[in-house]
Parts: sequence; C-alpha cells; structure tokens
Amino acid sequence: MLVADQLIKDFGSFRAVDGVSFTLERGEVLGFLGPNGAGKTTSMRMLAGGLEPDGGTASIAGYDCMTQRLEAQSRLGYLPEGAPAYPAMTPRGFVRFGLRARGFSGDALMRASGLALERAALGEMADQPIGTLSKGYKRRAALAAAIAHDPAVLILDEPTDGLDPNQKDGVRQLIRDMAPEKAIIISTHILDEVPAVCSRAIVIDKGRVLFDGTPHDLAAKGADATVESAFRALTQGAGGVGAAA
Amino acid sequence: MIHSLHAVYRRELLAYFQTPLAYVFLAVFAFCAPAFAFHVGRFFDTNRADLAPMFDYLPWLFVVLMPALAMRAWAEERDRGTLEFLMALPIPLWAATGGKFLAAWTVAGIALALTFPMWIAVNYLGAPDNAAIATGYLGAWLMAGSYLAVGQALSATTSNQVVAFVLGTGAAFLLTMAGLPFVLSALGENAPALLSEFVARLSALEHYDAFRYGVIGLSDLIYFTGLILVSLTIAGVLIAERRGGGR
Repeated sequence: MLVADQLIKDFGSFRAVDGVSFTLERGEVLGFLGPNGAGKTTSMRMLAGGLEPDGGTASIAGYDCMTQRLEAQSRLGYLPEGAPAYPAMTPRGFVRFGLRARGFSGDALMRASGLALERAALGEMADQPIGTLSKGYKRRAALAAAIAHDPAVLILDEPTDGLDPNQKDGVRQLIRDMAPEKAIIISTHILDEVPAVCSRAIVIDKGRVLFDGTPHDLAAKGADATVESAFRALTQGAGGVGAAA
Repeated sequence: MIHSLHAVYRRELLAYFQTPLAYVFLAVFAFCAPAFAFHVGRFFDTNRADLAPMFDYLPWLFVVLMPALAMRAWAEERDRGTLEFLMALPIPLWAATGGKFLAAWTVAGIALALTFPMWIAVNYLGAPDNAAIATGYLGAWLMAGSYLAVGQALSATTSNQVVAFVLGTGAAFLLTMAGLPFVLSALGENAPALLSEFVARLSALEHYDAFRYGVIGLSDLIYFTGLILVSLTIAGVLIAERRGGGR
C-alpha cells in the first residue's frame, strides 16, 4: 500500500534522511519514532508528496509520490506537523474545502464532511472559526480534514500532540477503529502510545532506520523491557556510533 | 481538474470576506477613486462630462491597492504552514495559482463596480462617450489583474506579507512609470532608440490608455493577458521549487 525505497533528503550539506526504506500494508499501524531532528517529519513530507526526495522513491497504492503525485495524493490523508489550518475558516469549512478540492460535491460532500467532523469529535466547535479554538480542537479540525475522504493511507504527524488525556484516548480509539481498512503511519513522542495503538514500530535517528519490528520486539531491546528504555538504548547508542563514524 | 480550481477560488474569495481585508479594501477604493477624480483630477473644473479624471488616477491607486490584495496569496500560506496542507492536496499547481488569482481579480472587479455611481452621474450631467467608458473599465480591470498576478508571483518569494507588499508596489510602480514621458525622454538621451521603444511597450500605462480611447487593440489584450499568464506561471514555478526543499 505504501512503499519507501531508499529515501534520501539533503538540506544543504546536512543529510536529514539517509536511506529510509520500509513497506506498509493495509491493516498496519506504524509508529514512527525518533528524537527531535531524526528525520521523521522530513520522511513523512516526502511520502505525502510535499517534498521531493534527493534519492530513492516513495509510492502510495503503486503510484509514485512525485511522478504520479495527483494519483498518489488522492489516496492519502495527511496531517502535517503542527496541524496547520486557516484560522478564519470553521472546521466544517476547512474539511469541505479539502473535499471540494478532491472533487466531492453535493450529498457525498455533506455526508463525508459530517462524518469526519463527528469522528474527530468536533461537536459544537465545528462551526467556530479555527483561530478561536483551543490547540486540541484545532488539531482535531486538521485531523478531520485528513480523514474526510476516507483515504487508503493515512500519514499523521504527531496526531495527539497538545491534546488532553481524554482527547488523546479519543484519537487513539479513532485510529484503532480505522486501522483494519487502512495503512496508517503516526509519528509520536509519547512512547506509551506505541504498544496501545501500533502494530509495528520504526525507530529512526540521524536519518537512518535503527529498528523495524513489533512494539513487543522493540520493548524487548530495553533494559527493563519497556519501549521507553529500548528507545533510549537505540537512539543514545546510535549517537555514539554516529559520532565515531 | 476544474473542481480543484473552483474549490481554491471559492476558499480564497471567502477568505477575503471572512477577514476585514475585503471590506477595508472596498471602502478605501470606493472613497479614493472619486476623491482623486474630484480633487486631484478637477472633475468639475474640466467642465466636461466624462470619467477621464477618474481613469487618470486609477493606475496610481492600483499601484498601492492591488499589491495589498495580492500580498497574502502565498506569503500567508508559507507563514501559517498551511502551504504544507495545500501541497498535500491532489490539485495541480495551476489550479492553486489560478484560483487565488481569480478570487483577487473578482474583489478588484467589485471595487471597480463601486465607482458606477460616477458613471451614472456623468450621464446625468452630460452626454459622455459611454462606449469609451466601458472599454476604459475593461482596461482598468485588466490592468488591475496584471498587477495582482505580478503581486502573487512576488508573494511566492517570501513568507513575510509586508515584504510581499513592498515588492509588489515597487513592481507595479515600475510597470506604470515605464511609459511616462520623463522616463522615456531621460532614456532617449542616453539609450539606444530600440531600448526606449522596448521600455515604452513594457509600460502598462500605454496599453491602458488605448482602452480609454475606446479601442480594444489585440496587442493591448495580449500584453495584459500575457503579463497575467507569465506572472502566474512564475508563481507556480516558485511554489513548485519549494518541493525541492531549498536545493
């Protein structure tokens, strides 16, 4: 469903992503983990067709994310980092804009936007300008826009950042509900989330994949068998190796 | 793909009216266009019932006001991070630049429509050449469109709206100034005739004047539509460049 093949991205002389490869099938929820600046967001932007790789290829449902961008993107829902949205628009208007741009109209448009706003639990806030909403509602508005067209692939960059514990739980439940039908990538700093939501985890640091496996196998790598200790062992260990190389 | 052009157009037009921008713009325009005509253009002293005093000053109003409409086009998207959202939508770039342009051009058209009471007034006062006034309006709208398109291209170069505005005003000023006699005579003394000729043809003012005399010339139409299409293409290229991530 989604393939990253030897993705490389340089910013000037800095190599942000260095040969990231993986494939993701329908039904998988991939936790994309790594310290700040590890290359998570850059990798996700390349998969979403917003950034051109300097090497390697990415594809969604068999369509290349660069050369067949429109086909690939029409099968993708993307929540960018920081959940950007137009502050003067309401969440309903924002979701409908995305759907209209994708060719939805009439009843299908109304149905899809209503369902997305309901699933993202916007409630009465669906008709308030996004600029007046709290961080949590703003993020849910952007999430609603990402899932509204029922895409086969979802790329969510920190979907639970800035949410309160109840809202986090709601978003995790939403991801679990959608999981059987879709291939989903989420990036997160909240490591507890990984065993709770993800069927698979990838740890990257300095643009390289350090681990690719189940959350259970990842936890086994830690001193006290938690994802957190495994994450520390992998990324801090890699820092030492990187410095030596 | 026309649906994505329409979606962007609709969103952009709403965005002008969801913020005070469109209302402030229209109010300032509706006040300034007649004010210039009455005071600076000596509308009554000329003792002629036509709109020449207004059409004389419209280009200078456009130099300031059109970049104010166009400056947000891409600078705001970049500043707010919404460009990331827009670039992940399956829409071709021409639909994004075209939708943004048409929305701004619509607001400019509404602004021109607000000066219609003056057209009615001159018809009440005398017998103006209404055909020439109609083509004058067409020329003014085309000129506004070309300044908006140039402004949009410059907006794509920065994430700062003020920078986009200043660049846009500068470019519109140069386009307007290029055809003025004192610029051409200064050039005429120091530059080859071919260059003076070229600069004169570059001037938006010269092409606009043809419309004011009731003439819809092919070369003037080509000039304005060409300027619009080239500027929008540049805006699209600059935004597409951003996918390269600063390579």
